Amino acid sequence: MKKLLIGVLAAGLGLTLTTAEAAQTPAPPEQEWSFDGIVGTFDRAALQRGLQVYREVCSGCHSLKYIAFRNLSDLGYTQAEINLLALEAVVVDGPDDEGEMFERDGRPSDYFPSPFPNDRAAAAANNGALPPDLSLMAKARKGGPDYTYAILTGFEELPENWKELDEYSFLPRDFKLQEGLTFNRYFPGHQIAMADQIAMAAPLAGGVVEYADGTEATIEQMSHDVTTFLMWTAEPKLEVRKAWGVKVMIFVFVLTVLLGFVKKKVWADVH
Amino acid sequence: MSDKGMMNNPVIRWIEYRMPIFSFLNHSVGTEYPSPKNLSYWWNFGSLAGIVLVIMIVTGILLAMQYTPHADHAFDSVERIMRDVNSGWLLRYLHTNGGSFFFILVYIHVFRGMYYGSYKEPRELLWILGVIILLIMMATAFMGYVLPWGQMSFWAAKVITNLFSAVPWIGDWIVTWLWGGFTVGNPTLNRFYSLHYLLPFVLVALVVLHIWALHQFGSNNPLGIEAKGPQDKIPFHPYYTVKDLYGMGVFLLVFFAVVFFAPNLLGEPDNYIEANPLATPAHIVPEWYFMPYYAILRSIPQKLLGVIAMFGSLLILLVLPWIDRSPVKSARFRPVYKWLFWVFVVVCFVLGYIGAKPPEGVYVVVGRIATAAYFLFFVVVYFLSYIERPKPLPASISEPVLKGGGSPAGAQAKPMEKA
Ligand code: HEC
Ligand code: HEM
Repeated sequence: MKKLLIGVLAAGLGLTLTTAEAAQTPAPPEQEWSFDGIVGTFDRAALQRGLQVYREVCSGCHSLKYIAFRNLSDLGYTQAEINLLALEAVVVDGPDDEGEMFERDGRPSDYFPSPFPNDRAAAAANNGALPPDLSLMAKARKGGPDYTYAILTGFEELPENWKELDEYSFLPRDFKLQEGLTFNRYFPGHQIAMADQIAMAAPLAGGVVEYADGTEATIEQMSHDVTTFLMWTAEPKLEVRKAWGVKVMIFVFVLTVLLGFVKKKVWADVH
Repeated sequence: MSDKGMMNNPVIRWIEYRMPIFSFLNHSVGTEYPSPKNLSYWWNFGSLAGIVLVIMIVTGILLAMQYTPHADHAFDSVERIMRDVNSGWLLRYLHTNGGSFFFILVYIHVFRGMYYGSYKEPRELLWILGVIILLIMMATAFMGYVLPWGQMSFWAAKVITNLFSAVPWIGDWIVTWLWGGFTVGNPTLNRFYSLHYLLPFVLVALVVLHIWALHQFGSNNPLGIEAKGPQDKIPFHPYYTVKDLYGMGVFLLVFFAVVFFAPNLLGEPDNYIEANPLATPAHIVPEWYFMPYYAILRSIPQKLLGVIAMFGSLLILLVLPWIDRSPVKSARFRPVYKWLFWVFVVVCFVLGYIGAKPPEGVYVVVGRIATAAYFLFFVVVYFLSYIERPKPLPASISEPVLKGGGSPAGAQAKPMEKA
């Protein structure tokens, strides 16, 4: 009877696993990241290029509200460079003695200014879709940085005859691209009928950015760089964490081995 | 702890004379507390859970110094902890993952009790206190999860509190009362924070009672027969203190590996999005340790019955000592119960898996079968205890241990035996 039960459960589980695979948004392909693995760190050059992409492209629509200019020292900038970067920002401060808000130059202690005064304004400027704050994006979606990268590289022209192509079998048959939206393979809609559309008109057309360090600004390169940057904004303590982790693990490992020997010794007379 | 050398210390003698705390400790976890000599590593999980409780309280108190319990600021304050507070990321990752590991340890601890019949006469009260600890732990973790005020915090709180609306007549009134308003909002967050701070200390008190009850008869053991005399026992200190410390080392290796190298492994990405009452996430899922109950809840089509079944799945553990009538404790000597037990474990895992999946198609079917199997287990255990023929029990703990540890249960029980 129990064997039967196990059999039924196993069969049920097997079935579940197979149905779960069909007809879903494709999983973002895995990428290689400098910060992968237990000793991975952020590639400083990629971070700086990523910051450039953010500032020149994404910051037109997306805020980055948990990042202050002072944090950029993590990216390898000097204090003087950070002062300059901050100066380029215009910050609304106040109220002053007259009770008026005023604009002033940014300082290192300021947070990155948001492109829109509020969410409503941001949505209104973007066909009603709110461009989310990007600070935590690399942690706030399944797939993490792979997902962010997939979104940025996942824009494509949906061919007329997609229904005949195997590659698009993940789309619901009644899928119809709405006016003003762009097709993106990896973006899940809230409703399945809305899936694979993202209101972010392909922001990274090749060459929109001219990299200061001369790296060729292909779509893949820019996407990779800005995603590395966004992983840093999401998890700025990643490097300290891993560095501590290695030390802590070595310490606890040695301690545990020693305790194991002590245990053995103490227990030697019990048997 | 208080060996002869220590008692020569005048300060210790002065205190001991006025308040015999050192001999109390010595009788609790020292040389004067006799324990069965054959406890396996499965007996490490109680002390490990205690260690994690301490970690939770220490990290929790430190987090509380930086956390802001307000719907408009909670999410930001957690991000500040992660970014600007010195070692704040460490505190938070220890606390968040500590919650998950707490459940892993306690679940193993409970399964251990079920396998070796630790709930049976004369340890029923000890078991009941344990189940109450589990319930309070769940309440604590549930309310803690609401504190960072992410999307899952908010929506899980909403879904779970909404369950009470299933209560006939006064359901809606209860829900409003729980929320302190007409939706999950700032008052809800504040009361959850208050209770989240309070309940861990209730847990400490319950753990004290749990250990008090334990000390009345001492630990059960893998053979499930009571210790017959001094030859069956060894003093807790140094034998089990050192063994528990060693276990702690092994545990910390696993725990720290997750905290330092995969701190978000057990979390939901959605909780890094600030709570938004206007945007319902596609899949609202509770933390992994609630999945089995969530699966039971959703497997039953009628809401009130679902809620009853969900709470019932835990409360039924309270009466397990009276469901299982078999006088034999350890599953090693219960050939049928042993299998039943492992089926039960598998069922719990299946329920956990189903709880994480959307309630559609084949998941619903599997969920219902597993829910039925979960409760059926207790029915079968009841009847089984009358008809099962146990294997012959050893005469005493020393007897099989002296024979070199070969146990009647054979190879399958070997890894648990090593001690
Ligand atoms: C023209 C404005 C605009 C620009 C420029 C822009 N975005 Fe977006 N982005 C949007 C909008 C609007 C959405 C919301 C899409 C939706 O909800 O349909 C969005 C969504 C996203 C998402 C979220 C997908 C999700 O799962 O919610 C990511 C990631 C993203 N953008 C990254 C970027 C990056 C990186 C850049 C710079 C390279 C960038 N965006 C530039 C408008 C923009
Ligand atoms: C039984 C012990 C405890 C358990 C199981 C527990 C569980 C949790 C959980 C699951 C979270 C959510 C973590 C997240 O996702 O970010 C949390 C958050 C929190 N807990 Fe606890 N907790 C315990 C004890 C305590 C204690 C004793 C305190 C304070 C004295 C405390 C203070 C906090 C605070 C301030 C937060 C919000 C910060 C954050 O989310 O990181 N906790 N707790």
